[in-house]
Amino acid sequence: MLRRQERRAKTVTVMDKTEAHWVARIVSIAQHQDQKAFAEVFRHFAPRVKAFLIKSGADQGLAEECMQDVMATLWHKAHMYDPSRASVATWIFTIARNRKIDLLRRYARPEPEELPWGPEQEPDQADVIALHQESTKLADAIRKLPPKQRELIERAYFGDLTHSEIAAETGLPLGTIKSRIRLALERLRHAMS
Amino acid sequence: MTAIRHHIPDDLLMGYAAGALPQAFDLVVATHVSLSDDARARLAGFEEVGGAVLSELEECDIGEDSLEQTLAKIAGMAPTPKIKPSNGVFPKPLREIVGGDEDAVKWKSLGMGAKQAVLCSEDGVTARLLYIPAGQAMPQHGHNGMEMTLVLKGAFRDEDGVYARGDIEVANQEVDHQPVAEPGEDCICLIATDAKLRFQGLLPRIAQPFIGI
Repeated sequence: MLRRQERRAKTVTVMDKTEAHWVARIVSIAQHQDQKAFAEVFRHFAPRVKAFLIKSGADQGLAEECMQDVMATLWHKAHMYDPSRASVATWIFTIARNRKIDLLRRYARPEPEELPWGPEQEPDQADVIALHQESTKLADAIRKLPPKQRELIERAYFGDLTHSEIAAETGLPLGTIKSRIRLALERLRHAMS
Repeated sequence: MTAIRHHIPDDLLMGYAAGALPQAFDLVVATHVSLSDDARARLAGFEEVGGAVLSELEECDIGEDSLEQTLAKIAGMAPTPKIKPSNGVFPKPLREIVGGDEDAVKWKSLGMGAKQAVLCSEDGVTARLLYIPAGQAMPQHGHNGMEMTLVLKGAFRDEDGVYARGDIEVANQEVDHQPVAEPGEDCICLIATDAKLRFQGLLPRIAQPFIGI
């Protein structure tokens, strides 16, 4: 356990401080039920999760309720988080999206089978750093899009676009991020077998 | 993990990532992703876009005692059980809606040994399982909208080749084909159809080349 954290700590110089920081907080929640770490994650992400839910059409009351569910799920699923396959913000986004659909449509959203991931199979630090670099590039690329296109992308993720409208927006620069995640998956499969 | 030869198009993965698909399509995507690491990685890419959108959002006010209420919720929730890799024919999202694996399906006969089971249906969008005995043709099934077919067991063949476990075929209303189950093993497919909506322009658009970073 300690070894894992020490290795994480070393990566701060290579990785953006904030992302390494959030990854470490999630690990601490998973391994030590760290309420202080949770409070920190909550202060940063809860207002954004709630904003996402409001943009997605929830009213204040529902958004608050749903946001609390999302953050509670984060606590319970912290041990399943894999920083070589998703940034912390992305992982929280997927929990929020799923909970939103559960509540708004009143059925349990079908989710892909999770891949088993235990402390004995650690994510490769090089993969974690590589994913972080790619997700930073992606965020920059989205920021630099013409405002109209950027707005369309945002609306797609607020559930505001139909499927055929989305089909027109798939040309995002995702090639390298996908191959990075593919490599991380290969390593995970290898560790599992 | 089998080698998948027929992959899912990006627009469906992005639709799943954004939470914009109807339940039946979500079910097929989630089941396919469970069987294909290629699809899982591509989906994760589209989900990173969601993470970027979330990060850029302006913070909104939350309740004063939000954190305390959330901690109370946490205390009242059952812990998430450890994940066990499944060994059945059906991946987890499909098992959950069926209520078990292959042997739990409540089949209805279509004649000639073929069977089907409707899993969910809303606004003309339906997901069902189809069972075709080895060597038999699938029953003709007209569809006005989009149709996704995911193979779970056995294989079928049509003019585009052989589709085996994990392979996915996405057809629109213009595709007129009658797949035939390969000899040797009975074939089970998960199919989502959209009778009402027409996704016009879908195929030309997804063929657009991706911009590299």
